[in-house]
This record gives sequence, structure tokens and C-alpha cells, in this order.
Amino acid sequence: MQLTNRSKQVSNKEMTLAEKMYLPAIVGGLAITISHFFRKKPTIQYPEVKKYLGPIYRGHHILKRDEQGRERCTACGLCAVACPAEAISMVAAERKKGEENLYREEKYAAVYEINMLRCIFCGLCEEACPKQAVYLRHDLMVPVFQERDEVIYGKDRLVENMNDRYIRVANSEVQATPTEPSLTRAAT
Amino acid sequence: MDLTVLLVKGIIILVIFGITLLIATYSTYAERKVAAFLQDRLGPNRAGPWGLLQPIADAGKMFFKEDFIPSQASKWLFILGPCLAMLTALMSSAVIPFGDSIRFDNYSIPVQGIEINIGVLYIFGVVSLGVYGIMVGGWASNNKFSLLGAIRAASQNISYEIALGLSMIAILMMTGSLSVRAIVDQQASFFEWNIFTQPLGFVIFLTCAFAECNRTPFDLPECETELVGGYHTEYSSMKLGFYLFAEYINMFVSSAFVSALYFGGFHYPFMNEVGSALERSMGAITGHNIATAIGFVVFFGKIFFFIFFFMWVRWTLPRFRYDQLMNLGWKTLIPLSILNVVITGAGLLYNFKYATWAIVIVMVLMVIVSGARAPKREAIPQQV
Ligand code: SF4
Ligand code: SF4
Repeated sequence: MQLTNRSKQVSNKEMTLAEKMYLPAIVGGLAITISHFFRKKPTIQYPEVKKYLGPIYRGHHILKRDEQGRERCTACGLCAVACPAEAISMVAAERKKGEENLYREEKYAAVYEINMLRCIFCGLCEEACPKQAVYLRHDLMVPVFQERDEVIYGKDRLVENMNDRYIRVANSEVQATPTEPSLTRAAT
Repeated sequence: MDLTVLLVKGIIILVIFGITLLIATYSTYAERKVAAFLQDRLGPNRAGPWGLLQPIADAGKMFFKEDFIPSQASKWLFILGPCLAMLTALMSSAVIPFGDSIRFDNYSIPVQGIEINIGVLYIFGVVSLGVYGIMVGGWASNNKFSLLGAIRAASQNISYEIALGLSMIAILMMTGSLSVRAIVDQQASFFEWNIFTQPLGFVIFLTCAFAECNRTPFDLPECETELVGGYHTEYSSMKLGFYLFAEYINMFVSSAFVSALYFGGFHYPFMNEVGSALERSMGAITGHNIATAIGFVVFFGKIFFFIFFFMWVRWTLPRFRYDQLMNLGWKTLIPLSILNVVITGAGLLYNFKYATWAIVIVMVLMVIVSGARAPKREAIPQQV
């Protein structure tokens, strides 16, 4: 099978004098490398400039609320079962009278924790969830952490903020993560 | 020589010393930048603007590494190795004429560490001493890989010194002097630059300079794939830093040497016209000093080009195999340089300086003929 048309046939025929002298080949090689010297560099200056990673990028987890602002999660535990890294743990609780505007289902997760050190961002929790409650955002990454106690993300950091709802648009206008200033060629 | 002359001389020496160190420092940065650009990357750009503080960061890192001496190593020789490498590297820039001369009052002081009439010999002596740094260090490490690297360095340097010397003999014959300044002065007019009179000698000299500096494609003494780290396998901290630094100083010195020997040193086309115009407009002393400064800058331009060339070659060519290295040195370069000497001598008999072009022309003809007579390679279509 031929993959490219750039493959060269190897031959062990005797070299001509020009080839034995190395010099023409060396000059050719130098010409190739110097042409690369002036080429535009494809480097993206990572922390300053971020590339749009597409609408299916698996980043920071989010626990979605529904249109009325109620938490969707029903603490069924399917995400925890699906998780290959065993990163998710939760404590279920029953919805009390008067909490209907907080939780959509009768059972909800009082505690919902994801250990970001264990998580491998496979997205299986998102696939497993029957209530479309947990998603992995495409526009935000889990930030770098220095301390171990920053590692476990509770509901305070996972549940969606109603004022800043997360929408996954397939044809996103977002070209870089919105939380970062998108500098172009900040430092060369 | 009164005090002022001594003072000026001292300043010149210190400046040359400082410039050597500065250029070597920034060569490490330039090397990484050039490597990056040749490979479509950007290179270091985080430490300071455009990464300009990178060498300082590197040095800082080197200083804070553990200074380790293997228990079985011969301790004093182990320390002596890098010092020797550094010392010899720094010594060799003393005789290179960096500029014409500085005039003040009635004095005229050459811009050169020291003007001796055997400058070429001095450089040869110091350069061949340079391999002892590697030898001593490699041997004292008490490590087979280091020793192998050191042996390779020694045999490589010895082999290539012959061709280096022979290619220079042609120049010495043309100048009739061993003083580097005399050689430079002899190339005052553009078409008498030795690159035009000694094209073959230049190629041989450059190749040998690469080998003497242990630079790719001849960096077999530190060939990672075979020898772990070569002669500096056991070294850490600033001792390793000295070895690496010595390599860059050597590179600077050989670039300076190549530009002095073959590219007219501080001469540039229409230099005399510029010089006399300056002297006429600004007086004999200031004008002359400014002309010297221009020459100085031109010389450094040439040096920087060759440093760049060293790096350019390094990031283009793969390493030679050891037997290829020896074949190239002994079977190609030495006979060629002897031929070069003979032809130059024959040319000088008839006062014709450009005789060595005959070799080049003959070689080009041979290449064309052998290329034409070679059986055409048939590209066998690949099995689909
Ligand atoms: S993304 Fe994968 S590893 Fe991370 S919590 Fe979900 S299932 Fe577990
Ligand atoms: S996030 Fe989904 S899968 Fe996980 S416990 Fe809640 S409802 Fe069940």
C-alpha cells in the first residue's frame, strides 16, 4: 500500500563522485534548513494564546440545572459506576417539602464530589448520566492546583451558575476559552 | 611603553576577554534559538524579552546542581579537566587581531591581545592543548564511556590537526609570515582574501575546524547514542558547565580564526577609501580610530556569521560514523591538503595566486563526468 508519493526507493548502487564528496548534498541540506529558518512558526504561545479545541473537548465538569434552575442530578450513582477512575462520590438525600424549586427529582445529591486528581476526563460520566445532569465543558479547563485539598471539587464548584449558563454549541463562536485573554503572539 | 600605553593595552585585553565570555554565553542562547528556528519552533522566549535572560537562568541552574565527584575518580584530575578545557579555550583568542590600531598622541596600539610573530603557531599549540582537557576529564572519571569519549576526542583531534595545519601551510606560504596580523594585512584588497585564493584550503580548514571543536557532524566524543554523554558523562554542575562553555568559546575562536585567515579579518571592500575619507574629515587621530571601530564591527559581523554557520551545520547534518570520520580525515582531507600545498607552491613560482582554482575546476569536471557516466538509477515502482 502506498501512503504517500514522497517515498524514495533505497538503492545500494555505487555512489558517484559527487555523492562521495558529500559537499553537494551538504549544500542541499543547508538550503533546506535555512528555508525553514524563515518560515512562519506554527507555535501557539500556550498560556497566553489558546487554541479553540472544538465543541467536544472534555474539560471542567459541570452539574447542570434545568430551565427553572433546579438541579438535574438525582444521585442515581450511575456516573460513579461508569467512572473508570473512581473519581466520583456522592451522598444522596431526599427532597423535603418546599425544596421543589431546588431539585428536580425527589432524590438529590446532597454531596457530589469529583476528585480531579483521579479524573482522566474520559467523559464516561457524561455518557452514563440518565438525567443529563453532568457534562464536561468544552470551554473551560480544570485549573492547575498546588495543594491536595484543592483537588476534590464539591458541589460549590460543580453546580452550574444560573447567571452564566453553560451551552454547548456545536458551531461555536468561541475561538478561545472565554475566561482567558486571547492574546495573539504575545511573546515570540 | 609608558603607563598610558600599558593601560590601553590592559583595557583592550580585558575587553577582548569580556567579549569572548559574553559571546560564548550568548552563543548558548543563539544555539537554542537557531536550532528552534531551523526546526520551525520559537526557542526559549520566557526568561526576559525574547528569552534574553536564558543564559543567566541556565548558569544559575548549573550553579545550584550538586557538584558530584565519583568516589573512584581521580579527584584532582577530575577537577583539572574542565579547568584545562576552559583555560585553553580562553587563551587562544589572545593573538587574534580584532581591529587595526588605536591611535592617540604619538602611539599606535594594535587592537589585539598580544602581537607575536608566531601567532599561528601559538594558536596551534593552544588548540592541541585543548584536547587534554577532554582527555584528562574523560580518563579521571573512571568510567568506560567517558574514557571512550576521551579516546575518540584525542584521535579525532590528532587526525584533523594534520589536515588543518596543511591547509594553513598554503596560506603561510603565500604570506611568508606566521603572524596572524600579517596574514590579515595581506588580504587588504577584496579579491586577495584567502577565500578567493585558497577555496579548497578554506573548505578543508572549515571541516577541520568543525572537527577540532567537536561540533556536529564530528561530535563523536559526546555521542549520546553510543557513549551516554561521552567524556562528560560523570560531570555535573559548573564543571559540566565549563566543558560546555569551553565548546562555545572554541567555536567563537575558530570563527574568529576562519574569518581572520580566509575572510580578510577586519578588512572590508573600499576600506582604504572609507579610512582616508574619515581621516580627512575628522583629523588623523579620530578618523583613524573610527575607521578602526568600523573594521572591528565588520570583523565581528564575520565572526557572527561563522558562529551561525556552525550552528546551521549542526542542525542540518547527522553525525558521522567513526570509521567515516577517520576515512574522511586521513584518506581525503590530508591528501587533498597536500595537493593544495603543492599546487599553491607551483603557482607561487610563477607569481600566480589563484592556482588552487585548478584543483577546484578539475574536481568539478570529475564530478560532472562521473555523474554523467554513472548508471541511471531506475525507480522501481512500488508494489501496490
Ligand atoms: S470524566 Fe471519566 S474519569 Fe472523570 S469523573 Fe467522568 S467518568 Fe470519571
Ligand atoms: S450526575 Fe447523572 S449519573 Fe451521576 S448521579 Fe447524578 S443523575 Fe446519576
